[in-house]
Amino acid sequence: MKLRIRFQKTDSMKFIGHLDTMRFFQKLMRLAEIDVRYSEGFSPHPIMSFALPLGVGVESTGEYLDLEVHSTDASEASLQRINTCMPEGLLALSYKQLPDNAKNAMALVAAADYLIFPKQGEMQNLAEKIQTVFTDAPAFLIRKKTKKSERELDLKQYVYAFSSTEEGLFCRLSAGSETNIKPELLLDAFFERAGLTFTKTDWQIRRLDLYGKNEAGELQSLDAYGETIW
Amino acid sequence: MRTLALGDEILLSVEKPARYLGNELNSCHKQPDTADIRFVMCFPDVYEIGMSHLGMQILYEMFNRREDVVCERLFSPWPDLHQILKEKEIPLFSLESQQPVKDADFLGITIQYEMCYTNILQILDLSGIPFFAKDRTEADPIVIGGGPCVYNPEPLADFFDCFYIGEGEVRYDELLDLYGKMKKARTGRKAFLLEAAKIPGIYVPSLYEVTYHEDGTIASFTPESPEIPEKIEKQLVLDFDQAPYPAKPLVPFLQPTQDRVVLEVQRGCIRGCRFCQAGMIYRPTREKRLETLSACADQMLKNSGHDEISLSSLSTSDYTKLPELLSFLMEHKEKGVNISLPSLRIDAFSLDVMSKVQDVKKSSLTFAPEAGSQRMRNVINKGLTEEEILHGASLAFAGGWNKVKLYFMLGLPTETKEDIAAIPELAEKIAECYYEIPKEERNGKCQITISTSFFVPKPFTPFQWASMLPAEEYLNRAGILKDTLKQQLNQKSIRYIYHEAKETVLEGVLARGDRRLSAALLAVYRKGACFDSWTEWFRPDLWDEAFAETGIDPAFYIERTRSTEEILPWDFIDCGVTRAFLVREWEQARKEAVTPNCRKQCSGCGAKRYGGGVCHEA
Ligand code: SF4
Repeated sequence: MKLRIRFQKTDSMKFIGHLDTMRFFQKLMRLAEIDVRYSEGFSPHPIMSFALPLGVGVESTGEYLDLEVHSTDASEASLQRINTCMPEGLLALSYKQLPDNAKNAMALVAAADYLIFPKQGEMQNLAEKIQTVFTDAPAFLIRKKTKKSERELDLKQYVYAFSSTEEGLFCRLSAGSETNIKPELLLDAFFERAGLTFTKTDWQIRRLDLYGKNEAGELQSLDAYGETIW
Repeated sequence: MRTLALGDEILLSVEKPARYLGNELNSCHKQPDTADIRFVMCFPDVYEIGMSHLGMQILYEMFNRREDVVCERLFSPWPDLHQILKEKEIPLFSLESQQPVKDADFLGITIQYEMCYTNILQILDLSGIPFFAKDRTEADPIVIGGGPCVYNPEPLADFFDCFYIGEGEVRYDELLDLYGKMKKARTGRKAFLLEAAKIPGIYVPSLYEVTYHEDGTIASFTPESPEIPEKIEKQLVLDFDQAPYPAKPLVPFLQPTQDRVVLEVQRGCIRGCRFCQAGMIYRPTREKRLETLSACADQMLKNSGHDEISLSSLSTSDYTKLPELLSFLMEHKEKGVNISLPSLRIDAFSLDVMSKVQDVKKSSLTFAPEAGSQRMRNVINKGLTEEEILHGASLAFAGGWNKVKLYFMLGLPTETKEDIAAIPELAEKIAECYYEIPKEERNGKCQITISTSFFVPKPFTPFQWASMLPAEEYLNRAGILKDTLKQQLNQKSIRYIYHEAKETVLEGVLARGDRRLSAALLAVYRKGACFDSWTEWFRPDLWDEAFAETGIDPAFYIERTRSTEEILPWDFIDCGVTRAFLVREWEQARKEAVTPNCRKQCSGCGAKRYGGGVCHEA
């Protein structure tokens, strides 16, 4: 049986790296007595995978973890057990069953929402700047470096939304294995072209949600692929 | 939510910020101001090493069970953070509350190896606590040391207010009760230390005076007043089944070197190898009953979520109910818990167990003969014979293993060229065992690894009087080993690795040093030495300079064979084993005579008077 758990990772947990978080969740499943399936071999490990790694320092209220279990309790009871074992900064938000033929979260991810806000002080309205520097521009070319090469990208194709709200800058970016755009990539270029400086440590980046593409080609929250277990 | 002591910009600029957060599962978060006593417990090395230490976890849980105590952890900040703390003048903080260490009531430091001594000074420095105990005021914590190195605390004597000699489980409650009472009465640190010195096992170095002969040896070591004990008696847990253990182990996010449940099956060792300090200071050997162990294991696995368990003991093969213990572990294996086996005496039984829990093709066998020749093994009282090793290896080879690791020491007392040559010769004989197997049944080539460390005499061992060699001579001996290895038929199947000699020599100085070393320690720390146990940070040149500037001659501490009449810096400690026994063993060693283990025959080492353990087994 396949399950998907949505969780948030905030406060001091934002400094815990992807692999360390992963290892913790393996322990968490045993602590919360979730009936996880294990791989074969001399050192079996629980069968689970994360949707998309989160950078150190980035918060999230939309993290996803897929796992396989032999059996399960209802969503609510399971969530409660999981959350009593969670340390400060981690909280499970949903626990849903996926159809047996569901693609895993990692393969599904197509987009991600982010909120970027100043760690201290008020958020100033940058709507106009976004309009002139980004929205009205015919193209927004940047150089993206990967391990092997560097290529030029038009970010306008990969930024699905970009706005300034009271809480901070909001953006929806292409994510996943095809083209993964980190929010820093957009922000660096945007601030520079807007004539502002972007001091990364002054801003908090928070991932809000992850999306897959459904059959109709529309973005759909990874949370919406599963059903609550009653 | 807690406020962290370090801002985001710092945490995101250092390597592994998870070292400084204190947010691990099962960490204990009490408000420091709700408890009477704030105890900061420090392991002076990097987080991942310190978090693997069982002793610290035992005391952490034991202390926090007390309502009047809040116990928090502290590890050495890595050099990157060290620099930032210095530059920005941020005081060092404990992990849980993120509050300055300096404001605590106690700073307890566990001292596990000599090469961490400069890290202790780093902790004091970054905390803003005066280096010297004599300069501390009522605003500073009481700095207390524990762990195996305090069986000779003298090189550190000036930096500590007191030391706890022995196993922590026993006297801390008494000490904390006393402190709590005196803190309320506002009697001050001097008065407290004076009272603490009367608790068995507590040593307050400032209350003792040392004088020296002209040749540099100790003339006298005396308490300053008659109410202060002349001898400090080691403290030891008698009822080991009732001893506290970490029922809720801390589960770090950052992978520690031991990422598993550690089950302490026994303390002490019946063997009496003459170089081994642990084998002497933890006497008598005490076992936990099987039922106790199985209950501990269940609880620790359940509370930590770990999927792996390992056993901790000096010599697991000597546990009286070993087969039962292993079969109980195998039951866990069926429930999906991985088993990490300690090194066991190789026989048909242990090989069978090993083949069930590890991949035979990938895993290796471990033997620790410690010396190559039978003569040398008799000197060190290592009761492992060549026959046993070859027999074990043959069995294992037949079972599909082809990797063997061999551990030896170089520079043991009375060692000759022949003893050194015997090491690669033994490896060769093992290789030959392998190649006796018909070719079609072999699993490729065999891979034998010889690993040598250089011998360092430790206090409270029969070799405490022995001399060490200068660094060049150690390397020379490693050279002899290499040359002999080249003459072996199967040299291509044998690999040889050895450790740095400079580190060994320094370890030797510190292990048997006296109070006069404090000045050199501070000097070398001021020059920038820290993390000496990390090869990439170890700076022997700084130590040479510091010794020269403070008038310390390392040769005095290492190259001298001490007379058994000499007053040794650690003689004020009663470690359970009598001096007469150690002298006898030192003589036996030089006669190449073997002493039987405690279960074969008691040798009257002195530990029987505690009234428990192996000495009183039916
Ligand atoms: S008194 Fe005898 S049995 Fe007890 S530890 Fe010493 S040698 Fe072993």
